[in-house]
Amino acid sequence: MMTLKIAFRNILRNRRRSTMTLLAIAVGAIGIVLFGEFVRFVTLGLETGAVQRVGHLTVFRRGYFAFGAGNPAEFGIDDYAGVLRAIREDPVLAPRLNVATPIVSLAGIAGNFDVDASKTFLGTGVVPSERDRLSRWDEHGVSVRRAVTASGLRDDDEARGVVGVGLARVLGLCERLKIGDCPARPVAARADGAKLDGDLAGLAQEDRGPSATSNGGGAPRLDLLAATAGGAPNVVSLFVDRAEPQGVRELDENFVAMHIGLAQKLVYGRTPPKATGIVVQLRHTADLPMARDRLRALFAERHLDLEVRDFAELQPFYKQAVGMFGAIFLFIALIMSVIVLFTVVNTMGMSVMERTTEIGSARAMGVRRSGIRRLFVLEGAILGAIGATAGGVLAQLIATAVNHAGMTWMPPGQASPIPLEILTAGATGFIVRVWLALVAAATLAALIPANRGARLPVVDALRHV
Amino acid sequence: MPNNSLAERSPVVELDREPVVRFDHVTKTYDDDGVQVEAVRGVSFAVAPRRFTMIVGPSGSGKTTLLNLIGCIDRPTTGKLEVCGEDVGALGDDAITDFRARNVAFVFQSFNLFPVLTAYENVEYPLLLLGVPAGERRARSAAMLDAVGLAAYGHHRPNQLSGGQKQRVAIARALIKHPALVLADEPTANLDTQTGAEIIALMRRVQDQQAVSFVFSTHDPQLMSHADETFAIRDGRLVEARS
Repeated sequence: MMTLKIAFRNILRNRRRSTMTLLAIAVGAIGIVLFGEFVRFVTLGLETGAVQRVGHLTVFRRGYFAFGAGNPAEFGIDDYAGVLRAIREDPVLAPRLNVATPIVSLAGIAGNFDVDASKTFLGTGVVPSERDRLSRWDEHGVSVRRAVTASGLRDDDEARGVVGVGLARVLGLCERLKIGDCPARPVAARADGAKLDGDLAGLAQEDRGPSATSNGGGAPRLDLLAATAGGAPNVVSLFVDRAEPQGVRELDENFVAMHIGLAQKLVYGRTPPKATGIVVQLRHTADLPMARDRLRALFAERHLDLEVRDFAELQPFYKQAVGMFGAIFLFIALIMSVIVLFTVVNTMGMSVMERTTEIGSARAMGVRRSGIRRLFVLEGAILGAIGATAGGVLAQLIATAVNHAGMTWMPPGQASPIPLEILTAGATGFIVRVWLALVAAATLAALIPANRGARLPVVDALRHV
Repeated sequence: MPNNSLAERSPVVELDREPVVRFDHVTKTYDDDGVQVEAVRGVSFAVAPRRFTMIVGPSGSGKTTLLNLIGCIDRPTTGKLEVCGEDVGALGDDAITDFRARNVAFVFQSFNLFPVLTAYENVEYPLLLLGVPAGERRARSAAMLDAVGLAAYGHHRPNQLSGGQKQRVAIARALIKHPALVLADEPTANLDTQTGAEIIALMRRVQDQQAVSFVFSTHDPQLMSHADETFAIRDGRLVEARS
């Protein structure tokens, strides 16, 4: 108790120096906490975005992940409804499941006859209502301030679809879809550009026959050409409900989302429909490893030739971005810690020098070397604790102010600016770890001068002027 | 300064008529930037208990070194030194530190009070090192402050006290643990004559009351006039012993 009292009073002894030291530690804490909470927000935001798009896990037919890009339809899951039922009814998975939904991935050519324009596309067929449920997943609360838009597709209307803004631009749909900041197609491009091939136009004309299920309610119409699983060309019509920016230009200029029924019609024609994947979204990301193991066990039990991939495998950008932000955070935390370390070493070093005679007196009176060491280390720890506490509190205040300032930013891979947030909710564990790390750094830093003080010969210390 | 309790760690040295300090052919050599300086050269003498003992000599004669050796804050290079019956040359660092805490007290020329502690806390501090219970500590500290005439100054920090008051606190701090030996290096050097006389009188009084041995290093004729025995040192050698 006395040691603690002496340590506190010694800290108050040279107020200006102690204040500067506390300030350095507090600034370090603020930097680490704010940036850490921001990185946490970004990381969880990326995770949320990825899970909203592709779920936590996706089940494919074995080989799809490596070779499916060539011809997704070739790797369709035959009895996908049975697999879905098995997943949804599994007693282990069911309580942890948010959505399990089939998808059909496909590639082909999209054509707009009105302007004689065509473009290759990458499409996904989804169950609209389940797709919307996927998009509403927000375990970490990072989408609270963002407007989560529905897919725009309807379960009861197979013909409707959504395209990327880039694809809409290339296919001359800007005006009809009322897309702002979207240049009209140059006249030369219309004349010399991608004229629809005669075969494609013919196929499209066939599809526009009386079998078309919808007239689109005035929505612009695209004709989608793709090869069926059997290799034959097939065409369906898609009424474009709206265009959505996709963030990445390559995706934006190729993106088509449609009803799974339409996608199956396009890819599988009159053969039994399949799904190229089953997206599994869990309530909590923490359940992912367990769910993956369970799915693998389930497929092994039923002798299903299926593989399971998680969202990080399907979205390499997620891993890269998380890794990059993690590395930047580590770098900043390291710099801040080194500053704290050197500041405390300097402060405690000066303190030892100034109090050399006191050290000599204490040793002469019977204080062991360990007692001297303990005192200075305690002073370092107290400086660290006060500085880190002040920094942590200030960081939370700054974070609250930033969150209420209505600032936005454009994260990598995003199509439009999103609210800039510093994630304070649920950050207690992180702040405690930062606090402990800074106190440990200050304590360790004090150990160096403390050892020097403790090792001083008593006679030399008493002679010190 | 921190406390490390000595309760149960160090035996109390019971002194009767045995010398409180015994030098046996003790030398002390310093290394001063590669030059060997012999500060004490083969000194042999004994200090009787419960006396006012003076070590006198000109500056650089080795009297402070001798005092440091007696105080166990320095070690002989050769020879044997017994303090309170203990061969202090044989003790390790922690053991000799504990020994000091129990048996030896210091009164410094510059008082060396802890500036962050009040007068009361400075006096109480040695008892903390000995692990004395809080109640007893409080009673003894208050009584000791009262004994040195500073009962009303217990809550004053050293910088709020005069030189004489500081030295009184230093004496109270030295005596509170009932040490066998109090070492005082020029205790009156920073005081005016009147205050110096009061301090000497105070030390003499408590020495009588507590039967403690005082060993002084001094030039002060006023203090030297109170000596029960005197050892004169010159060039590191004992040149005169007078009782």
